[in-house]
Amino acid sequence: MDASLKKQLELDAVRIRKGVIEGTYNAKSGHPGGSLSIAEILAYLYRVEMNIDPENPKKEDRDRFVLSKGHAAPALYAALANRGFFPVEDLKTLRKSDSYLQGHPNMNYVPGVDMSTGSLGQGISAAAGMALASKFKNDLFRVYAVLGDGEIQEGQVWEAAMFAASRKLDNLCIVVDNNNLQIDGTLEEVNSPYPIPEKFAAFGWNVIEIDGNSLDEVADAFAKAKECKGKPTAIIAKTVKGKGVSYMENQVSWHGAAPKEEQYKIAMDELNKAEAELEGK
Amino acid sequence: MADIIKTATRDAYGKALVELGKTNDKVIVFDADLAAATKTGMFKKEFPERFVDCGIAEANMIGVAAGMATAGYTVFASSFAMFAAGRAFEQVRNTIGYPHLNVKIGATHAGISVGEDGASHQCCEDIALMRTIPGMTIINPADDIETRLAVLAAAEMDGPVYMRFGRLAVPRVFDESYKFRIGKGAYLKEGKDVTIIATGLLVERALQAAESLKADGIDAAVINMATIKPIDRDIIIDAAKKTGAIVTAEEHNIIGGLGAAVAEVICETVPVPVLRVGVEDTFGKSGPALELLEIFGLNSANICQKAKEAIALKK
Repeated sequence: MDASLKKQLELDAVRIRKGVIEGTYNAKSGHPGGSLSIAEILAYLYRVEMNIDPENPKKEDRDRFVLSKGHAAPALYAALANRGFFPVEDLKTLRKSDSYLQGHPNMNYVPGVDMSTGSLGQGISAAAGMALASKFKNDLFRVYAVLGDGEIQEGQVWEAAMFAASRKLDNLCIVVDNNNLQIDGTLEEVNSPYPIPEKFAAFGWNVIEIDGNSLDEVADAFAKAKECKGKPTAIIAKTVKGKGVSYMENQVSWHGAAPKEEQYKIAMDELNKAEAELEGK
Repeated sequence: MADIIKTATRDAYGKALVELGKTNDKVIVFDADLAAATKTGMFKKEFPERFVDCGIAEANMIGVAAGMATAGYTVFASSFAMFAAGRAFEQVRNTIGYPHLNVKIGATHAGISVGEDGASHQCCEDIALMRTIPGMTIINPADDIETRLAVLAAAEMDGPVYMRFGRLAVPRVFDESYKFRIGKGAYLKEGKDVTIIATGLLVERALQAAESLKADGIDAAVINMATIKPIDRDIIIDAAKKTGAIVTAEEHNIIGGLGAAVAEVICETVPVPVLRVGVEDTFGKSGPALELLEIFGLNSANICQKAKEAIALKK
């Protein structure tokens, strides 16, 4: 990709991260770790990959996005706000009792949210349903979903994987956010789903393995997914949980804990610095 | 006397889907490898391109139906009640109920009249489960005429609907002039001593009971309550005021179903005795359906007994 686009996407990713920190800090709760890990993926989807219109979030031919790992809502909200679906300022209302920004995404409250999620394993089925609907409409749109790597322990994920391949839903592209940490520890410590690529391949999927925090690799993977006919695509994205905030990286304790005031300042300093560098200030 | 027409409501469901499919091209039908039993197979034969078999994976089927509904389709998703409401409860709750999507769940083989398959397949909990989901409409038709009208009405309304059908062929209760409205109960017989409020295959048995009670000098009213949610509060209050005693009758656990819904309204408005005929918090068992209905007291004799007890409890 050209340098100016790359810089834009890097800025988008930093701004998504800032939104995650703002949201979870103000909410005093939420899931920063697994939100920070998917910033590049969301930045690319919402800036380049998906056919969307922030002015017309329900347009019929829009590409759909399902955050199957719904607890990463802070990242989704930040990505949407960053693209103008609603004011960035609203991210500070995350999880408040008078806010439309629920702890997990609600499609009826938030412009740009295509599916209500939060209960793990269910989003991928809804995404498959959307992809099937698109097939009924002559491939009117593509469907994207992001799953957690812990989430794929849910049996329903594999029901959906079987279904999507059986129905040849090549307009469906999922990303497994493989940050290797879930609430109770590493995936291996809890209940290993490895090897992940082989499992999806065995279910009949086109599988692409990437570094999910590399914009070049993310871009390349989505392009390859689009070219694949007759099979849904699973991008297995190795990521760093807590990416972009030094003290959160690879720390399972930041799965579901909000930064306190001092921690918030450190995180925002780091992210503001990164943003300023990208802006050339 | 004319022959009594007997049809399983699942058969009427299949026919109604075909009728709907002819006029509404947004109707898509899903099943989970039970198309022959749920009768969605009739739709599959007529409209194979709009039929999707999801295989033995009900949780996924519910999610796929939800996703499909977001794109403007009216999806009918079918399985046995045990798997549609039971196994997939949380999928129905979170992926259909919470976003209030336009998915109609056609659950067949509800209740103990499943018969020989036994308790593992006899779902007497589905109404209770579905009632707790905000915004869920629940319809339990009494015969083939009402089933057809319920399916057409469900397709007309926006939002999730749980429809409950049976395996057993049941006698026709209504004639072609019958008017069905979601959320409205209807008096099938007026009376002054006690009101029997029934749903599903117990409606016909309630009418039999009212007839039998005449011999004991008891004038019983009968209400058909096809819609369990939203429950018709007005007709329940009216019945309580007019007769001062109520018996409910359903092919469901007495916990959480029609009887509970009626009792909730009565306790809060016109407290009068409410006795419940239903499966008395026990699992079913194998046997011919008609025998089981007798064994579990889902018959006119038990309704008559409960009616007398309810009258005796009046102040």
